[in-house]
Amino acid sequence: MMTWFGNARLIDPEAGAERNGTLLLREGVIAEIDAPCPDGAEVVECKGKCLAPGIVDMGVQVGEPGAQHKESLRTAGLAAAKGGVTTIIMRPDTVPAIDTPEVLEYVTRRAAARTPVNIRAMATLTRGREGREMAEIGFLMDAGAVAFTDGDHVTADTRILARCMSYAKGLGALIVGHPQDQGLSRGACVTSGKFASLRGLPAVSPMAERMGFDRDMGLVEMTGVRYHADQITCARTLPALERAKANGLDVTAGISIHHLTLNELDVGDYRTFFKFTPPLRHEDDRRAMVEAVATGLIDIICSMHTPQDEESKRLPFEEAAAGAVGLETLLPAAMRLYHSGGVSLPQIWRAMSLNPARRLGLPAGRLSVGAPGDLVLFDPDAPFVLDRFTLQSKSRNTPFDGARMEGRVLATYVGGVCVHRQEG
Amino acid sequence: MTFTQNHLLGIEPLQPAEITTILDLAEDYVALNRSAEKHATALSGMTQINMFFEASTRTQASFELAGKRLGADVMNMAMAQSSLKKGETLIDTALTLNAMHPDLLVVRHGSSGAVNLLAEKVNCAVLNAGDGRHEHPTQALLDALTIRRAKGRLHRLTVAICGDIAHSRVARSNLLLLGKMENRVRLVGPPTLMPAQVAEFGVEVFDDMRAGLEGADVVMMLRLQRERMDGGFVPSEREYFHRYGLDAEKLAYAKEDAIVMHPGPMNRGVEIDGAIADDINRSVIQEQVEMGVAVRMAAMDLLAGNLRRRRESQRLRGVGHG
Repeated sequence: MMTWFGNARLIDPEAGAERNGTLLLREGVIAEIDAPCPDGAEVVECKGKCLAPGIVDMGVQVGEPGAQHKESLRTAGLAAAKGGVTTIIMRPDTVPAIDTPEVLEYVTRRAAARTPVNIRAMATLTRGREGREMAEIGFLMDAGAVAFTDGDHVTADTRILARCMSYAKGLGALIVGHPQDQGLSRGACVTSGKFASLRGLPAVSPMAERMGFDRDMGLVEMTGVRYHADQITCARTLPALERAKANGLDVTAGISIHHLTLNELDVGDYRTFFKFTPPLRHEDDRRAMVEAVATGLIDIICSMHTPQDEESKRLPFEEAAAGAVGLETLLPAAMRLYHSGGVSLPQIWRAMSLNPARRLGLPAGRLSVGAPGDLVLFDPDAPFVLDRFTLQSKSRNTPFDGARMEGRVLATYVGGVCVHRQEG
Repeated sequence: MTFTQNHLLGIEPLQPAEITTILDLAEDYVALNRSAEKHATALSGMTQINMFFEASTRTQASFELAGKRLGADVMNMAMAQSSLKKGETLIDTALTLNAMHPDLLVVRHGSSGAVNLLAEKVNCAVLNAGDGRHEHPTQALLDALTIRRAKGRLHRLTVAICGDIAHSRVARSNLLLLGKMENRVRLVGPPTLMPAQVAEFGVEVFDDMRAGLEGADVVMMLRLQRERMDGGFVPSEREYFHRYGLDAEKLAYAKEDAIVMHPGPMNRGVEIDGAIADDINRSVIQEQVEMGVAVRMAAMDLLAGNLRRRRESQRLRGVGHG
């Protein structure tokens, strides 16, 4: 089976460039670039629209097992396909948590049968994400875990974290940390500053992120483990990140699309769909983060997809659950970075596709011969107003409801097969 | 006369002219409350429900009295021991009450923003009687009325607000109101009890109380809750009184005719010396309580008027009142 894409604007994050050309998929992989259409191939006329590697979304919460009423593997898969995400990297914060090879195998098996996109899972670093006993890192790696993280349950005991890191280093495992000082951030739901004071909400200083990051860097230097910071969101953490990389530590950093496109003032009149962990930051921080994505200091953009039902959100701000769905809005939201002129499309795809794939040892994320046929065809300029009730996700907690956005996915291909095509 | 609000959720959305409207009307109610016949009819036929999710004696009594004097049917719901304990959400409680067709809902809740959330879900006028650390608008309005009566004006005064600013909704509403009316606001307290970046509010911040009181027209003391005096925010009660308690010696730094205010309930000997609280030449604390009833009558009167007009125009446009 062959599919030939004609007149495409090819976004190549590896080369850091874009150009017009053609691409041929054969037997699920990219077979040729800029070759004429062979006989018998299905022809997709791209009309100059963008063709890029599919998004590898690192850090998606799926409610299965434990909270299928918020999101199941099936609905997450549909949302991903519609959003141009060809690989979901699941977070292990399910119920029960993905902390044994048995749970991991259950999830992987069900995912394969229910979702049209690739799903890989991260596993917990400690049992039950409780920060006490190490999970079976070796067995979990054998079962296919791509990284190890307790998510926002930060291991408070540095001795335990140091041991987990040493052990993980021996296996070559990647640890994903959540840099946040737990003492300072306890109970906080917004970033400290004028806005937080005016609203009377418990707040945390951006310094808590720097301190959490500094602690983790100390342990990384001590153990030599491969480390990825899930979300770096404050300008004052950036020099520490730059220093860690310059010192040769095996460190990368990510950020959610929400922290790149929204700021603390969006919370407005206690709007709980804008409650995140960590909280939205000052506009100066947001701009510094966009700049850091453009320079490559921040490696990875993810959706931090966190489905929450209405009951978890329709509460006073302090009591409401944090997080937002993002699989379907990641691409149009990222187009805001492109349209505002700060970041090019290859730079965005480096952060949304190439870098996460590389960091997790996956072959995806490239637009070169031999790479998997995971592609997204999209129009970066197509305008629309988002209606949250059109989302495929079971939960509709998006901060972009009613927002004017640009950038629509026209088609998504996984392993050479079309899994989503925009109607009309 | 200007007053266009549908709810009284905070001082933040109010225009200065609206504040003046409330205070002017409250003056009339002060006179009424001092007369033998204390009844008016602004709320007759209306139902007022007081929902206090946090225990309160003074504010609840003040709202109850205000409603009754204006002729409303007043119902008190002590929410602290009600169905919320049985797992019902705030929204469901609100919808249940809404089905009883109240006209005025007076709400106090422990979470900042909870009253705003509730106001979105009901179709009556909502008054915020204090939400978390956010706002307590009627307290700021009664303080403003007290100041205006004592000083003859509500502008170009130097007002020192002292104590636990960080955890105080009274402080937040007061500094917003006093700022809108163009006064000079000073915040006095230890840095552990100051909100972050509070100087951006256009106020002066002092951690030395004597410097903060220098030349002040009004000294507004705040209550410091006992659980915050155990070493978490300040080392001890006695050190706090020594540095930030209002006594005659510190008060001497303020203007000679400076008035002393306190939203109550007072901790005598912690934030304020009992002798000063009782000094009828300086303390207007009892007057604050009196103004409280009048200001709440004025606020409910204005909101009820707007509610009647809104319903009338809905009726004329053929929109059902749900």
